[in-house]
Amino acid sequence: MKVAVLRFPGTNCEFDTQYAFEKLGYTTELIWHEEDTLPSDIDLVVVPGGFSYGDYLRSGSIARFSPIMKTVIQFAHNGGKVLGICNGFQILTEAGLLPGALKRNNNLHFISKHQNLCVINNDNAFLNQCEKGEVLNIPIAHADGNYYIDEEDFKQIEANGQILLRYCDTQGNPVVVNGSVTSIAGVCNEAKNVFGLMPHPERALEVILGSVDGIRMLKGFSA
Amino acid sequence: MTAVVNIFLKDGVLDPQGKAAHHALDSLGFAGVDDVRIGKQIIIKLDTDDKVKAEAEAKEMCETLLANTVIEDYTIEIN
Repeated sequence: MKVAVLRFPGTNCEFDTQYAFEKLGYTTELIWHEEDTLPSDIDLVVVPGGFSYGDYLRSGSIARFSPIMKTVIQFAHNGGKVLGICNGFQILTEAGLLPGALKRNNNLHFISKHQNLCVINNDNAFLNQCEKGEVLNIPIAHADGNYYIDEEDFKQIEANGQILLRYCDTQGNPVVVNGSVTSIAGVCNEAKNVFGLMPHPERALEVILGSVDGIRMLKGFSA
Repeated sequence: MTAVVNIFLKDGVLDPQGKAAHHALDSLGFAGVDDVRIGKQIIIKLDTDDKVKAEAEAKEMCETLLANTVIEDYTIEIN
């Protein structure tokens, strides 16, 4: 399995992401945003976290128009798998590859902490190694993670099993973390080949860092 | 011509910054504030004297980049 990790000016999670996928046995390659092609043998494109273009205008709004994103949009439309983490999730919603949008957190704070997440749907290429209803402990670190989707589209993504994760307590009950609609932490597209989440699974691979739950999430792509 | 673009979160989409400013105004004793919304203003200088063309260009800029129409509304004023 070969993973392309994108890099924009202001991206800061690309090396963690690369380390995480390498540790799990994937081959990785960093791709600069000015490139307009992906290597032909790529199985998964990861848009990592950070602050692309300083979050100017809206988080992800400028990165979405970089040359590599045109290729990634085409890759996704052809069925290629794409994962956006944190700023990557924002970029994918701005690009129209994922439904909804990410707004400023309701409490206006940058929230950085370990957070429990409940697995809502696992019948997809990402969370297939996790149990439905399972509670995972994964770090979050964001200011614009407040997921918004209008009522009509919400009904659609819920019915299609596109809601991947919700913020929850230790028992799996949804909790309000940043104001997201029904505590949504991650979603996928209708075809279930494009995935986005605000939490950072690449930061949860080592016991010494407080959680290893990210391993099962990222391993899903090689199953 | 100059296009003045105002962008605000849609009605019905909670504006946390507006809400915080509203609370601050309340606590400072400004009575009678019903609602506060915070948006952004973008001023674009265009190299055309054609008002219709300027407005059409500004609209395309808003739809493509400047506004996220999933959560935001915008207005355009051409001067």
